[in-house]
Amino acid sequence: MTSNTVSDSQKKHIVIVGNGMVGYKFCEKLLKKNDKGDFRITIFGEETRPAYDRVHLSAYFEDSSEEDLQLAPIEWYKENGIELHTGELITELDRDNQTVTSQKGRTVSYDKLILATGSSAFVPPIPGVEKKGVFVYRTIEDLDAITNYAKKASKAAVIGGGLLGLEAAKSAMDLGLETSVIEFAPRLMPRQLDEIGAQALKSALEDFNLEILLNKNTKQIAGNGTPEYLDFADGERLDADMVIISAGIRPRDELAKKADLEVGERGGIVVNDRMETNDPNIFAIGESALHRGMIYGLVAPGYEMADVVVENLTGGDEEFTEFDMSTKLKLVGVDVASFGDAFGETEENSKKVIIDNKAKGVYKRINISEDGKRLLGGMLVGDADDYNMLLQIAKNGFSLPPDPIDLIIGERDGETGAGQKVYDFPDDSIICSCESVTKGEICSLIEEEGMEDIDSIKGCTKAGTGCSGCVPMLDDLITQSMKARGKEVRKVICEHFDYTRQELYDLIKVKEIHTYDELLDEHGTGNGCEKCKPAVASLLASAFNEHVLKDRDTIQDTNDRFLANIQRGGTYSVIPRVPGGEITPDKLITIGQLAKKYGLYTKITGGQRINMMGARVDQLPNIWEELIEAGFESGHAYGKALRTVKSCVGSTWCRYGLHESVSFAIEIEERYRGLRAPHKLKGGVSGCVRECAEAQAKDFGIIATEEGWNLFVCGNGGTNPQHARLLATDLDEETLIKYLDRFLMFYIKTAEHLNRTSTWLNKMDGGLDYLKKVVVEDSLGIGEELEQEMQQLINVYACEWTEVVNDPELRKRFTHFVNSEDADPSLKFKDYREQKVPAPAGWEKDSK
Amino acid sequence: MQTTQNVNQWFKAAKVEDFPKNGGACVKYKDQQIAVFNFSRRGEWYACQNMCPHKKEMALARGMIGESENEPKVACPFHKKAFSLQSGENINGEEEAVTTYPVKVEDGYVYIGLS
Repeated sequence: MTSNTVSDSQKKHIVIVGNGMVGYKFCEKLLKKNDKGDFRITIFGEETRPAYDRVHLSAYFEDSSEEDLQLAPIEWYKENGIELHTGELITELDRDNQTVTSQKGRTVSYDKLILATGSSAFVPPIPGVEKKGVFVYRTIEDLDAITNYAKKASKAAVIGGGLLGLEAAKSAMDLGLETSVIEFAPRLMPRQLDEIGAQALKSALEDFNLEILLNKNTKQIAGNGTPEYLDFADGERLDADMVIISAGIRPRDELAKKADLEVGERGGIVVNDRMETNDPNIFAIGESALHRGMIYGLVAPGYEMADVVVENLTGGDEEFTEFDMSTKLKLVGVDVASFGDAFGETEENSKKVIIDNKAKGVYKRINISEDGKRLLGGMLVGDADDYNMLLQIAKNGFSLPPDPIDLIIGERDGETGAGQKVYDFPDDSIICSCESVTKGEICSLIEEEGMEDIDSIKGCTKAGTGCSGCVPMLDDLITQSMKARGKEVRKVICEHFDYTRQELYDLIKVKEIHTYDELLDEHGTGNGCEKCKPAVASLLASAFNEHVLKDRDTIQDTNDRFLANIQRGGTYSVIPRVPGGEITPDKLITIGQLAKKYGLYTKITGGQRINMMGARVDQLPNIWEELIEAGFESGHAYGKALRTVKSCVGSTWCRYGLHESVSFAIEIEERYRGLRAPHKLKGGVSGCVRECAEAQAKDFGIIATEEGWNLFVCGNGGTNPQHARLLATDLDEETLIKYLDRFLMFYIKTAEHLNRTSTWLNKMDGGLDYLKKVVVEDSLGIGEELEQEMQQLINVYACEWTEVVNDPELRKRFTHFVNSEDADPSLKFKDYREQKVPAPAGWEKDSK
Repeated sequence: MQTTQNVNQWFKAAKVEDFPKNGGACVKYKDQQIAVFNFSRRGEWYACQNMCPHKKEMALARGMIGESENEPKVACPFHKKAFSLQSGENINGEEEAVTTYPVKVEDGYVYIGLS
């Protein structure tokens, strides 16, 4: 021990009761101020897990695992010298002796005590709430119980139409239940939205098949042991076999009450502006604290309170005053935001500007001062992209455009001005409201420290790590700040190549470079990484369409390296090409027999093909050998390449069909099969406007008209669904293929790596108009060149699995061990609805 | 950190040419799985446990190798968790470190040092 550290007995002991988000944040903030080691920290949590992200709880149902939700692993507490006790509820507080005691009988003394006990779900005294099958929505345990129960339920009722109620409803829907939300008030979210806004939200939610019942007072939850139906005061009845109650929160103030700390009449530990209770050694923060008669049920004010206490404990004098309750959320899939003076109540004669676009389900309202010079606040439903911008304009009192409606009219084709606006903000404007990071702090990192990527800025300031709503603004700031200094903004691939993807493509083509090593030796530095290797592999494939495993297997992502998609547990999936989704009975039988022979799980894919899953790496060449024998070829389901061209049944069978969509889909799919691109590519062909092939959700979509075909481009499903845009109308097949050649090749040559066509178009200067000019009008004069380049790729196409099957050297790589013929002994499967599925150890916690 | 000081036994794994250049392959030693990497661009060999600590998948041998600021690393094919091939530390996250092993090449064979 060195002389300038404080010995343990001299250290002030800070004890925190409650290891939730706010309790954790308090630790994090106190550690930052504890560089001299003045404090010793102990934290108690009632739950068995360390603090986790309750705000994104519904994500637990989707992809996140429990550990993704965790704010910090147990080791973090250890490494920082924090004594963490989970699964220990504090039941006694002795203020005279300054000790707390847990239900396990552990007593610790404190110098300062922080109550971050949070809240519990409020359960109204409705008859029937005690039934099995009635849940609250608060902890991971609640979610696990709901998930389990939902397996045998079919219809869920959620009592409470506030933020948490709608989150709970989303979870119930994600579990496949028909879901109704029951709200006592005449509209949803009355604190945040006006009547038209609430109506817009209701319509949007109903479009997601969520039933919303307003003005409903639940009288009882009826059923024999478990819920069967709900009775309402108005005499109506709703069938439901599962009920989730989300009718508000109750501060956990029982410990405080027992110790005679002052609590509010309707709950909450009374604190002053310094967050002190009536005992100067005890503070309360978060949802359990009652500040000026108000309980704050959001996490951001809780963090602010934590900050105030840390300052006050470390010699500062901070006060928690009013808190800006501006917020932006995604509810069920609908963006909702409210900011500043949302109802225009703070100033007389304020004016409102409203866009109520019922066709698009978008409602935007802003309130401006009488003189039209300042933005007071507003609300957004259905499209909240402008939220951060508007919030900053309102907070900082920026001057408004001559017609304030321009603030909410949104981005139109070819116009992108938003980025410049952020850069014009004054330095003290808050960019990240979760972590209170200003524009000035971010810009000084960019300009003085030379940080030019979002990850380093996140790491340094924590900006963008909370709700991540400000990430687009961070990106804009980096771009604009670099531009302002005359510095070229180039999205280079990684530290090994100081080139953009487009520049590398040109180098590869012009210098005819055919291997990664050659490119790296001549135009890069170092020895490569997992970013540039697959990017270059994709470029080489797009440039020459040579076999992806010959001399280049180790630069491929694992799916391309084994020409199959890796799955949980380490097995692979096998998807042969089924062009246009048309398949003969004989081929179906082959697939069935193969799946039986190798014990594979089978499922129909979204792209009208059949997926055989659970194949070991050593089985892949054998399975493919048999498939190829039966006339199949690779489906490239593992590649950033053309996947499928989906089709409807077409005019051969369909009584509405205008043209033969199946034949055209097969022609297109076979034309572009194996085409590698910056990201995967999907197409669709529909025989009439009924659009059964869902072509407008594809990278390219073709829809029959009376006169010919309409061509749509740049649509996709996935995380951010986007409808395809109409590129050209009433085309004959030859012209359509010409445009498609140009479009695809232009995308391949100019997009960033891993950008889908939709993202590529969104970033394109000039937008759709520009794309039309290049593809249809050939404004750059490169039309013919693009067509020729495409034709070269088509000419050299060969099924890459056929080549592997016939090449003993390539086949040799398909083994688990290099020194044994054994299969991976760690593979484990279980039976599941008459098929086998993986049962890998490491995924147990979050498997559904 | 791998060191040859504590090696009790050199396990003869396979021939040099059985390992892909600038890539990895999995070696079976009793009931253990060890990922061995032939980083031929650097003229170096590395070995570590085949199991990625993140989801406990036996997958690191199938990962892509590379370097960040000259530190050699392997990225797991499942979620791109990257581990230093020298220290075993998780470079881009907070996963547990992986165990690394010394490797030597003699007479055309690759040996893994076991302690």
